[in-house]
Parts: sequence; structure tokens; C-alpha cells
Amino acid sequence: MAQYAILIYEAESGYASGGEDAWQTAMESHGRFAGQVGEKGGKILGGDALEPTSTATSIRNDVVTDGPFVETKEALGGFYLIEARDLDHAIEIAKLCPAPFGGVEVRPIMDTSGG
Amino acid sequence: MGSGGPAAAHDRNAIRAAVADAHRREWAFVLAATARVTRDLDAAEECVQDAYVAALDAWARQGVPRNPGAWLTTAARHRALDTLRRDRTLRAKLPLLIEEQSEPDAFADGAPAIGDDRLRLIFTCCHPALAREAQVALTLRLVCGLSTGEIAKAFLVSESTMAARVTRAKKKISAARIAYRVPAAAELPDRLDAVLTVVHLVFTTGHTAPGGPDLVRADLVDRAIELARILRKLMPDEREIAGLLGLLLVTDARRATRTDAYGNMLLLEQQDRSLWDKGRIAEGSALVIESLRGGRPGRFALQAAIAAVHAEAASYAETDWPQLLVLYDRLLNIWPSPVVELNRAVVVAMVSGPQAALDDIAKIEADGRLDGYHYLPAAKADLLRRLGRVGEARSAYLAALKLTDNPAERGFLSRRVAEVSVADGR
Repeated sequence: MAQYAILIYEAESGYASGGEDAWQTAMESHGRFAGQVGEKGGKILGGDALEPTSTATSIRNDVVTDGPFVETKEALGGFYLIEARDLDHAIEIAKLCPAPFGGVEVRPIMDTSGG
Repeated sequence: MGSGGPAAAHDRNAIRAAVADAHRREWAFVLAATARVTRDLDAAEECVQDAYVAALDAWARQGVPRNPGAWLTTAARHRALDTLRRDRTLRAKLPLLIEEQSEPDAFADGAPAIGDDRLRLIFTCCHPALAREAQVALTLRLVCGLSTGEIAKAFLVSESTMAARVTRAKKKISAARIAYRVPAAAELPDRLDAVLTVVHLVFTTGHTAPGGPDLVRADLVDRAIELARILRKLMPDEREIAGLLGLLLVTDARRATRTDAYGNMLLLEQQDRSLWDKGRIAEGSALVIESLRGGRPGRFALQAAIAAVHAEAASYAETDWPQLLVLYDRLLNIWPSPVVELNRAVVVAMVSGPQAALDDIAKIEADGRLDGYHYLPAAKADLLRRLGRVGEARSAYLAALKLTDNPAERGFLSRRVAEVSVADGR
């Protein structure tokens, strides 16, 4: 098994304008997703939702600035760390990951164990 | 076979030719089988290169083996096993993912590799997680055995750019864990479509070369046909493969007549049909019939059917245009592409006259998806010319001329500009 990160990129405005309902619906979808990953033979090792980019602080060369590292229409809003057999399996799982206001990116986790 | 003596030079040439032939025919087979042992595409490539070098010497001493592919595979796998034994660090940290149950004798020396290995290689090279241009480069490098320099030349990029493209793709296969396998039945239609698209792209790049002095790059055309033949042999029940191979054969049957003795491009209506390759047309047409049988035909089958209608017409005037219109409508139905719409408009001109076709083209032009596609203004110019609207035809030919770099096409368009300029009194 290999490990992958599923990075969720969404337009934050989607949740801002959708209000509590949009958030609630998304949370329910994520709950279902957690069950589906197991049914597909994968495993969720971790993951979290992030507060919006308006709460971000960036640091470059010790200079601290308000805001995200890069301003983009669709921002990183959460992530999962999953275990899957191979990229096809990871993609199959990632396709189920809710991202109503954007999409997801799958990235292999680098093996730094040096063995 | 002795060395030295007057016969030696001749023998050496014959051996070199036999090795070159085996390179062309067997490369994919040998590499696919070796990748199983090395579990690393780079290491497999090195072992296969070494095996071909070793063949030059060994075949000169022992004669050319009856089955060169099996000989080369055994040699390459021995080399791979030796290297793995000697240098444990070569065992990649991220070995190529091979399904375990698929070949129990993977490490048995000289075991014939199953044909499927080539399919695994092709599907891995054309994995949708790789960019299209990387899929094409990897397929030509790993499946066809072309050098990075040759591929770079075919696609008009520098060798270092192409080398970087191939390296990045291989690295992604290993780091992202793209499995070395034929996709499961559920994903097969989509994944096969990607493979066929890559083969078709290799063909079209050769059929109308983006640059260089010639209209056709025969090497790429031949490679694409060979690839389609391999796929056809390995997956005989896939009708879209029959369709693609039929399309390539029927299209390429016209190769000798697409330019005149001076390299000037000739249109379908100007070509000498008696010089079309009858054997290729017959083989292609039989494949077309097969690809259309049993269920909804795919886009390659329909394109092949269209090409076959042209190929089988006794003359341009006698072409079955209404039948072509039916085929284009079916093609548009499953593959709504503005390029198909444009080609359909050319048929509309033959069925309902140039004005009807111009109206269709105006709609295609308006939606902007074909901006920069030189065949659009070229087709429009031709229709305007036929309607006697020479001034408008001239500007459209000039617009097309601005958009192509192929010298044969440029020559053709320039001659048309000159013709309509005279007619326009310029």
C-alpha cells in the first residue's frame, strides 16, 4: 500500500454565500466519504478542514504577512491522508471526495525513511 | 561462422541488419518482459540496450537465432538479474507495481514472456495521469524504442526538452505509483481510448508533419500503423482498434498521391486514384466492416468508414456524398467536435451547395473553438472561390497561410492566393 494526500481546493465564496446549509451538506458528504473509503479497500490515515484563507499568516524570509501564500480563486480548504494500492486506486477514492465548490488534487507522499 | 576473410564484411552487414530488424520488431516485447524483472523502467531500458549490443557479437558467432525476440529477452533478463544481484542499491525504492499473481515464472530464466506484457507497457505509457505529450513521448520511447533525439526531431522540440519530458513522466510513474497493468474491464473503454488517441496522434503528426521539408514523415506513420497492428493482435475483440487500424491504412493508402513530383500538395479531387495502394484499402475496408458490426460504432470506426467511402469511390465526382453526410452525423452524435463539424460542412457543400456549407462554417467560426486552426479559413476560402467571391476568398486564403508552417501546405495556399488575386484583378 502507498500513501497519498487528497488536497481539497474550493472557492471559499461557495461556503460563504451558501451559509450554514452548504456547510452542513458538505459535512454530511464527508461523513459518507469516510465510510466509502473503507468499502473501496482504502484507509483514511488522517485529515482535517482548514479555516478560510482570511485567517492565514504567511512567513517568507522571516517576514510575516497577513494572508495566504498565494491568492487563488480556489484555495486549499482541507486534506485527507489516505492509504491506497496504487494511483488508480487513489484516484478512484479521490473521485468520491466531496468538493462541491472546486476539486481535489492527489499527491503521493514521499518516502523519506531512507531505507 | 569464422571471422576475417572476404565474407566477414558481408556477414557483419547482414547481422547488423538482423539486429536493426529485431530492434524494430521486438523492442516492446523485450522491454515489457524485462521491466518485470527490474521493476524499474530506466533499468529495464539499459538492460535491453545492452542485450541488443550483445546480440551484434553473439549472432555473428552463433548465427541469428530462430526467435530473435526470445533470445533478446533472455539476454536482457539475465543482465537484469545479474545487475540486481550485484548492486542491491539498484533495487528501486519504489518498484514498478506489478500484480503478483499475474506471472508466477517472472524470474524463471528464459521463460517466454506473455504477450500481455506489451499491453501493460502501452497502458502504463498512456495513463491518464500523464500529460498527453508525455504519453506520446513515452510510447515512442518505450514501446517503439525510438531515441529521445528522434522523438525530439519529430515534435520539433530540443533534445533536452524531450529528455526532460520523458524523465519527468518516468519519475511520476514511479513516485505516484502508476501500476504496470492492463486496466480492469470497467475502466477499459476510457483507457483504451487514450491509447488509441496517442497512436492516432503519432500518425497525424507523421501524416502532415508540423515542419521540415516534407508533407509526410513516413517513419512516424509507419510506427503508428505498427502500434495499431500490435494492439489489434493483442486485443482482437476490441472493435475500436479495428477501426483505428482501418482508418490509418485507408488514409495512408493515398500517401504516394498527396503531393506531386515537386512536393506540391494535391487535394483529394486532384489525386491520381489509380496510384492508391489497393492492398491497404482492401485490408482497411475489411477492418472497417468489422469495426462497424455489432453495436454502436465508436469514433475511430466511424472515421474509418468515412475514409473508406472516399477510398472506394471511382472518382471525386462519384463519391457517395449523402452516405458521408449520414456517417458525419453519426460521428458528431458520439463525438461533438468542431473539427468534425468543419469536415461535415465540406460534405454539405457537395450535397447542398457551397452557400449551405458557408452558413455552417459561419456558425463554427462564431463559437471560436477553432480559432487558429488553419483548415477553417482554408475550407471557407475554397467555398468562396467556388461562389466567385474572389476578394473574400483571397483574404481567407491569406488567413489560412498565416496559421500553418508545413511547407507543402503553404505552397498550396500561396498558389491559391495567386489564382484568386488574378481573378480579382489584383
